[in-house]
Amino acid sequence: MQSNAALEYDYSVAKLFTYTTILFGFLGMLIGTLIAAQLAFPELNYLLGEYGTFSRLRPVHTNTVIFGFTVSGVFATFYYVGQRVLKVSMAESKFLMFIGKLHFWLYFIGALLATISLLLGYSQSKEYAQYEWPIDVVIVVIWVLWGVSVFGLIGIRREKALYISIWYYIATFLGIAMLYLFNNMAVPTYFVSGGLGNIMHSVSMYSGTNDALVQWWYGHNAVAFGFTVPIVAMIYYFLPKESGQAIYSYKLSLLSFWGLMFIYLWAGSHHLLWSTVPDWMQTMGSVFSVVLILPSWGSAINMLLTMKGEWNQLTENPLIKFMVLASTFYMLSTLEGPIQAIKSVNAIAHFTDWIPGHVHDGVLGWVVFMIMAGLFHMAPRMFKREIYSKKLLEAQFWLQTTAVVLYFTSMWIAGITQGMMWRAVDEYGNLMYSFIDTVTVLHPYYAIRALSGVLYLVGFLMFAYNMYKTMTSSRELSEEPQFRSPMA
Amino acid sequence: MFHWLEKNPFFFAVGVFLVIAFAGLIEILPNFAEASRPVVGLKPYTVLELAGKEVYKKDACIACHSQLIRPFKAETDRYGQYSLSGEYAYDRPFLWGSKRTGPDLHRIGNYRTTDWHENHMWDPKSVVPESIMPAYKHQFTNIADLETAYAEAVTVKKVFNTPYDTPNGVKLGTWDEAKAAALDEAKKITADMKNQNVKDAVAAGNIPEIVALIAYLNRLK
Repeated sequence: MQSNAALEYDYSVAKLFTYTTILFGFLGMLIGTLIAAQLAFPELNYLLGEYGTFSRLRPVHTNTVIFGFTVSGVFATFYYVGQRVLKVSMAESKFLMFIGKLHFWLYFIGALLATISLLLGYSQSKEYAQYEWPIDVVIVVIWVLWGVSVFGLIGIRREKALYISIWYYIATFLGIAMLYLFNNMAVPTYFVSGGLGNIMHSVSMYSGTNDALVQWWYGHNAVAFGFTVPIVAMIYYFLPKESGQAIYSYKLSLLSFWGLMFIYLWAGSHHLLWSTVPDWMQTMGSVFSVVLILPSWGSAINMLLTMKGEWNQLTENPLIKFMVLASTFYMLSTLEGPIQAIKSVNAIAHFTDWIPGHVHDGVLGWVVFMIMAGLFHMAPRMFKREIYSKKLLEAQFWLQTTAVVLYFTSMWIAGITQGMMWRAVDEYGNLMYSFIDTVTVLHPYYAIRALSGVLYLVGFLMFAYNMYKTMTSSRELSEEPQFRSPMA
Repeated sequence: MFHWLEKNPFFFAVGVFLVIAFAGLIEILPNFAEASRPVVGLKPYTVLELAGKEVYKKDACIACHSQLIRPFKAETDRYGQYSLSGEYAYDRPFLWGSKRTGPDLHRIGNYRTTDWHENHMWDPKSVVPESIMPAYKHQFTNIADLETAYAEAVTVKKVFNTPYDTPNGVKLGTWDEAKAAALDEAKKITADMKNQNVKDAVAAGNIPEIVALIAYLNRLK
């Protein structure tokens, strides 16, 4: 048996991705806050001419927070967690070190090009798959490089049994690869037409209803393999590490993992209820969405029970607070989703603000909280300094929690109000409201949502500042903390 | 079995892939051919309409507008006949959207006119005083990319057998023919418009984005 005390892990790639997590997180949330404000105050549409309208910026927001912030966070934590649970250092392989750095720089350049292409209006108009084919090719190369890193590290591992987090990282790699490839199948028109028109342009391989099915098979499961699977990988590592508690149940983690893998992919068609997709597919989507509660809650409950007997840590350690709240929001969000997937509920909820409300209690409460907690746990170990300020961390926690609550409550009310108004009829069976009536009524809720965006963004800046100070000027640590992260 | 899998990453990965892959196969493949069939009488988009669809995609109208009328009385009263699968047969990509910050547009061509769209894109509040939609004035000066639209039509004809150049159908022809046809079509639209710069541009052989977009929106019926 190798003693892991002798291993010096190399965090250079993890650090690079930590920087981009913070950078893209800030940019993505800034744009998100701006477009939220545009819905309440439309004059804000004219700040950047053609490039500043809500419609042009919305894909920039979604793609920056998904492929910029979240995916950076996934890579950062993988390059940290991967080495530690596989008991192997990046420094041991020149090849993997090279691949890791290439992975980062290609990712960074690719992200900039991708963002510019969206601002210029190059878009396939498929949600979360807007990038045109040349950007897609770059993304595939980046993803393959990450795959080489994942399986390369696994290939030279000392710890033979793969820890739970690694299962989830492998699934992230495979899931996104499969979904992204099939959904982005497109024919570049420049080559088929013999050199006419714009080289960036392509046309989807699928049309109409088929395109819708493939897109939402992708769209729903990109959420699965981008916002759920790798975040679960993080919490399975960081919560036990930070608390010093062993995972509550191995069997529950098995059931949750394989259950999630099997069930999640079926649920995509719940985005197409009451559409022209055949009924049996819609019903499958509904049914599997409800069954999906089991593996989702399985993971969340496993996490909460891991804290059994140690709940005092919740008051003592703000990072535990972040992670416990994250699993709680995960439970809320994975209950809310299935409720919206019931056909009669969906008839009201679909097309309304309840949907972005649902997305954001998941991402703001679960994804962002977990990634920030993970990076805070990594920082003292990577930079060998204690966390700069516990007070700031506490203040950030309450500010952002308030912001999330404001976000989803306002959007629940807005969504259900609008959904009910669209279908309201008077005693003679005539529609009671014109469409614009159902828009003006939403103004206060849009204003509250914009405010919640500002609060959350300020909280994120507090996180960025705390991280920056931790990296540069906090008290140095003489040895690596074992469990609880030291903070001033 | 699980303990064994956790020590054998290759088989673990194969296992994960099998478990996640077959849901897609079972849900998407069986109906694939049937869902590709057009309704009777459906015509492919003209080059100008395709250029308009590109404007619709470029300015991401999909962020706020759906093109899917669900089979409820409240929706058919508001927007018209509920949508049929075959109506989308030539839509690459599909543009159903997922959020109605503004109303559905699947049959907008039935109840809105060229001049309404012109006023609305220039200043939405001029026709809907409480509108929160931004103005799209740049569409009146940006020139639509007709050549790319033609390239798209050629591509779908070659690769997916979209029925262009059929008797009584939409004629595609050569690039020069297609360009002339698009200009004729554009002139019919500008006849109903008042913006002099747009009229002048079309007369000079350049079609502003707004004209192409209106051609596309008028086609949605």
